Amino acid sequence: MTPIVSADVAVVGAGPAGLAAAVAAAESGAAVVLVDAGAQPGGQFWRHRPETVVPEQEGKGHHGGRTYLDLRARFDAARGRGRITYLPGLQVWMAQQLHPVQGDDAGFTLRTTPTAAVAALEASVGTQTVVARRLVLCPGGYDRQLPVPGWDLPGVMAAGGIQAFIKANGILPGKRFVIAGTGPFLLPVAANIAEAGGKVLAVLESSSPTAWLPHLRAAAGVPEKALEGAEYAAVFARHRIPYRTRSIVTEVLGTDHVSGVRTARVDADGRVRPGTERAYEDVDVVGFGWGFTPQMELPLSFGVQTRLDADGSLVGVVDERQQSSVPGLFLAGEVTGVGGATLAVLEGLAAGTAAAGGTVLPEKTAARHRRFAEAMHRAHPVPPAWQDWLVPETIVCRCEEVTARQLTDARESLGARDTRTLKSFTRAGMGWCQGRVCGFAAACIGAGSGVAPTAESLSGSAKRPLAAPVGIGELAALETTDN
Amino acid sequence: MNSASDVLVIGAGVIGAATAYFAAQQGLTVTVLDKGLPASGTSSACEGNILVSDKELGPELELTRYSLGVWHGDLAEHKRLWEFESKGGIIVASRESSLASLNRVMAAQARYGVVVEKLDPDTLRNAEPNITPDALGGASYPEDCQVQPMLVAAHLVRLATDAGARFVADTPVTGFLRSGDRITGVRTPRGDFSAGAVVNCAGTWAGELAALAGVNVPVLPRRGFVMVTEPLPPMVHHKVYAAEYIDNVGSSDAGLQASPVVEGTPSGTILIGSTRERVGFDRTVSTNALRLLAENAVALFPFLEHVKAIRHYHGFRPYCPDHLPVIGHDERAPGLWHAAGHEGAGIGLSAGTGKLLAQALSGQAPDLDLSPFAPARFGERKENSTTHREEATA
Amino acid sequence: MSTHSSGETWSVNTPGAVNVSFDGRPLVAVPGQNIGAALVSNGITAWRSTRKNARPRGLFCGIGVCFDCLVTVDGEANQRACLVEVQEGMEIEGSCPDQGGRA
Ligand SMILES: Cc1cc2nc3c(=O)[nH]c(=O)nc-3n(C[C@H](O)[C@H](O)[C@H](O)COP(=O)(O)OP(=O)(O)OC[C@H]3O[C@@H](n4cnc5c(N)ncnc54)[C@H](O)[C@@H]3O)c2cc1C
Ligand SMILES: Cc1cc2nc3c(=O)[nH]c(=O)nc-3n(C[C@H](O)[C@H](O)[C@H](O)COP(=O)(O)OP(=O)(O)OC[C@H]3O[C@@H](n4cnc5c(N)ncnc54)[C@H](O)[C@@H]3O)c2cc1C
Ligand code: FES
Repeated sequence: MTPIVSADVAVVGAGPAGLAAAVAAAESGAAVVLVDAGAQPGGQFWRHRPETVVPEQEGKGHHGGRTYLDLRARFDAARGRGRITYLPGLQVWMAQQLHPVQGDDAGFTLRTTPTAAVAALEASVGTQTVVARRLVLCPGGYDRQLPVPGWDLPGVMAAGGIQAFIKANGILPGKRFVIAGTGPFLLPVAANIAEAGGKVLAVLESSSPTAWLPHLRAAAGVPEKALEGAEYAAVFARHRIPYRTRSIVTEVLGTDHVSGVRTARVDADGRVRPGTERAYEDVDVVGFGWGFTPQMELPLSFGVQTRLDADGSLVGVVDERQQSSVPGLFLAGEVTGVGGATLAVLEGLAAGTAAAGGTVLPEKTAARHRRFAEAMHRAHPVPPAWQDWLVPETIVCRCEEVTARQLTDARESLGARDTRTLKSFTRAGMGWCQGRVCGFAAACIGAGSGVAPTAESLSGSAKRPLAAPVGIGELAALETTDN
Repeated sequence: MNSASDVLVIGAGVIGAATAYFAAQQGLTVTVLDKGLPASGTSSACEGNILVSDKELGPELELTRYSLGVWHGDLAEHKRLWEFESKGGIIVASRESSLASLNRVMAAQARYGVVVEKLDPDTLRNAEPNITPDALGGASYPEDCQVQPMLVAAHLVRLATDAGARFVADTPVTGFLRSGDRITGVRTPRGDFSAGAVVNCAGTWAGELAALAGVNVPVLPRRGFVMVTEPLPPMVHHKVYAAEYIDNVGSSDAGLQASPVVEGTPSGTILIGSTRERVGFDRTVSTNALRLLAENAVALFPFLEHVKAIRHYHGFRPYCPDHLPVIGHDERAPGLWHAAGHEGAGIGLSAGTGKLLAQALSGQAPDLDLSPFAPARFGERKENSTTHREEATA
Repeated sequence: MSTHSSGETWSVNTPGAVNVSFDGRPLVAVPGQNIGAALVSNGITAWRSTRKNARPRGLFCGIGVCFDCLVTVDGEANQRACLVEVQEGMEIEGSCPDQGGRA
């Protein structure tokens, strides 16, 4: 039988939001359990080399590193005092409300499974069931993707995936890179590659530099971002990285591996401007990033109220204490709106404090960061005409190898307009990743060219009754508790 | 008012789709309404088995065999559209007692003309090398086959529209139009639709619609969970289920039951179905259901213990207390027809149901006697009918 | 906070190097690397082929979301190469059982 760990507050995710939530809840007096799929704390932003191999050093070379070191010290201290039980290497595959009772005894259960079922790694922590009065979900997100011809070739990676690769391994996944998509995140990726010795042939940004102008006020509210921007500009200048705006990759070239890309300039809607095509040869890694998609399956499994954020992502609605529409369930970080690590920390602190019953004061800094994030989203939209880049044979669902043609056929002849029906008729989103990678694109295709997907359609692909694959043997051994 | 049609079908699940398709083939003008998109009800939350092997002897088996003929006959040309596969079913007995009841069932089925072969442990293991070593024997049903149900519903609707039918999505029926006692159409937020015949194919919601028309058609939900594994190389070659399944299907027990139906799919995943329980329209995930499915599947195929599930889903089978579907004209509300309540067999039965109903709708004598499925078997009109009449004619 | 350490190169001779095998062939990995990184830094960028079109796949999302990078590790099928840290003696196989062949 699976061991059961109980706590006042359970936190899922040890990224900026989750780490902050766990620390704040523990410092407010709660007994905390922190479950994270990763092998060590940090999440995406603070991903680092395994501490077993490279001991923690200064926070240098890393934006927000000081915040991490501070949180980490408080986290380690709380663990030392027995206030935080840390369960790394475990994925929550299902979260449930024990009974929909309001008030103090609202309780939650988390079912977990090892992230990697590898005997050599079976560390101290085996599968555990967590029971807690309050739950804080901080599962973060992943790079949002738009398919283009050739994006399924080896050597094509998510922009964040490249970043994660470098941070986790201390090496580069290739030598000659093209980074494309939209958003400020492309800058640190390219800068990091260059600083690690890679050649960045170009950064292609689909939006235009003037897209910033209307949002300058909001951007000015977060001066540290300007500083960051200046640092990247310096890195770009030092390494002579071309930054091409209003530009996209129209096709990734190669037979069994990336060999190059074709690019073009686009108009404000993302339509290719004829005559602007060019090619980059001798490329071995292409990184794509179109913003981020919050990992919504756990919040959605509770039926939390959702909304469409400025970037078109489906996110959870929370109050000023980060409480969702489900009493006792708090959300922080990317799942309440993609807004960067600093905001994720502030939200995590509020959520942790509130979940532990403490008082949360209104945060001016968080509000500034939210305005900044919104300005960023508006300046870096997914180009409305992106579906024009597809050719009928382009794979949209990488797992089930469903093509753009199959999806548009299902829409045109079978009336599939949302991710649910598209999935039913074509299998897009039914494979290993359960629509995490193709969900946004499929929702766009269902809606039709130039039309933004609805929250309902996005939620159709983000509802995943199993938040992670789980062994049938583990399911057979589940104890009988509920209904 | 939208233009009138001969037949108005409520619901674009497999049953409504098949009804619309065959009615259009009969030359009738057809309108199909659904509150959502095609296949948005139970037809997208089930498995696509067309089983002869699990049917009780009697009218349901007759309808199944008729339907099988329609799948292989009238619909043969479209087989590829919905991934029709003649896969064959195998029932496995792992206990002496269940082997004995399986043998009894086989003998009776054979008398009814069902093609069934007895499998001794060796032939069973040849057919399913990964089966549990506990298996004592089994039965093979070569007639059992399968389809992809969502594609069946979607393509039948499309084929019907190609033949002149009209499909209107996102249009819930909220009331009925009447002329005297006669049902003459439906009311929706998109206006009224009048028709010579209105066919209630609202699946698990058919009871609610019948009530709107003032008649009692007791269709209730029976929840079922299905689990899907990671993609694997072919490990399970037929639809394989345990002998206890047969007892479960017709059971009236409200509690949670599950006997494994394990089958490989062309996409490499293995489907593990399905539980049966009466909990209304409760959508909360039941860990007990997952545990039962997993336990039973591992008992049948031990290798599954080390395989991962990547998703699960659930649906609500539309069932009537006597476990027979409701098919035909409702004398209690002239002009209203029903085709609903097919419980765990609606996919398999859809082809036959649609064809028979279309025959009846166009005034022919149906190929199979529909009287065992007559709606009026549930008794008199409902008392509250007047309310709805006022509402509908308001 | 450790960041990338540019200029760091590893060879068989590096003290602490981790020896693993990929489809029976010996590979040297850096301690702490994940399997995906160990393969890529040994020039192997695809280790799986898709079920339908037999197309090669390797790393994509890099963080355990896409399942493109599946490998068999010590007989345990369908593990995400981007999440599993290399260990001395690990036997890695690229042809996952759901695949027809390998890139
Ligand atoms: C690949 C990637 C790289 C990035 N790199 C940078 C960067 O270099 N610079 C930058 O400014 N921003 C970067 N970002 C954006 C950055 O991640 C966010 O701004 C920030 O990390 C958000 O913090 P968070 O706490 O909400 O989520 P995250 O940091 O994503 O943390 C979420 C944590 O939850 C865990 N988790 C999720 N689901 C489960 C589950 N079911 N069970 C158990 N654990 C679970 C995850 O494994 C993860 O550890 C990156 C994003 C991605 C996806
Ligand atoms: C887990 C599970 C496994 C199953 N496995 C099998 C199997 O292997 N083989 C098999 O043959 N059967 C199986 N079944 C049973 C089968 O799924 C059903 O019998 C069948 O789908 C019923 O089809 P239907 O068209 O009657 O209902 P539905 O598919 O539910 O269609 C009814 C339609 O009516 C619409 N509707 C409802 N109310 C209104 C309204 N007021 N106005 C307009 N439209 C409305 C709905 O939106 C819906 O689209 C299974 C069921 C479950 C739950
Ligand atoms: S690269 Fe996506 S899961 Fe490993």
